[in-house]
Amino acid sequence: MADKNKKVVLYALSTCGWCRKTKNLLSQLSINYQCFDVDLLKGEEREKILQELKKYNANLSFPTLVIDDQIVIIGYDEEKIKKELT
Amino acid sequence: MIDKSLIDYWYEKLKKEAEESGYFLNPDEEFTKSLIEGLLINQERFGYFACPCRLASGNKEEDLDIICPCDYRDQDINDYGNCYCGLYVSYDVYTGKKQIKSIPERRNLKKKKREITISTLKLSLPVWRCKICGYLCAREEPPEICPICKAKKERFERFI
Ligand code: SF4
Repeated sequence: MADKNKKVVLYALSTCGWCRKTKNLLSQLSINYQCFDVDLLKGEEREKILQELKKYNANLSFPTLVIDDQIVIIGYDEEKIKKELT
Repeated sequence: MIDKSLIDYWYEKLKKEAEESGYFLNPDEEFTKSLIEGLLINQERFGYFACPCRLASGNKEEDLDIICPCDYRDQDINDYGNCYCGLYVSYDVYTGKKQIKSIPERRNLKKKKREITISTLKLSLPVWRCKICGYLCAREEPPEICPICKAKKERFERFI
């Protein structure tokens, strides 16, 4: 069963294939998550989200999945996502 | 939204060009077409094929290394079997012997200029290197288009 009490945040790009796979997997697992498609954000908002992302992934690569502000999964890692969230 | 027929057109075009020069597009057609859609969206946004899996700045000079095919494609295919996005793959992946995977980002945002040590050799002409495929040529200036991989002149660097 999916653990619905965890805070899950996904930093993604709307054009990226691995980001799409991550989104699909999260939906498939019925996980509630907050998603930022950074390429669609502009100006200050983009800067703010990038600063936030930088704390978890200095390389600013996508997808970056952050669970409970602690666990960081960079790239599409099906096994790890399932392990942490189910 | 990008027109489906345009995506199909680019899919066929990139596939043909890749195969003519010894590269392979990802055989997972749906995934590959979604990446091509990303490239076309970036083409509309910026005027060039910025990599769909990286955050482009919109400044062409800064983004030059991530204009598809990016400077990192060949090394990633060698090391992992696919480029960062998974648009281009190795022969083993193409033939189904290996699976594609999400790989680490090789691009360093603080780009280091590669040291060029000019040798004591006396050359009659400079040597130019295509950053995409490694093609070398000795002439006054790089060619307009790389004869091997069709990269534009701006993707060449002085090698010697
Ligand atoms: S070669 Fe692959 S990783 Fe490089 S820009 Fe193109 S799609 Fe992106």
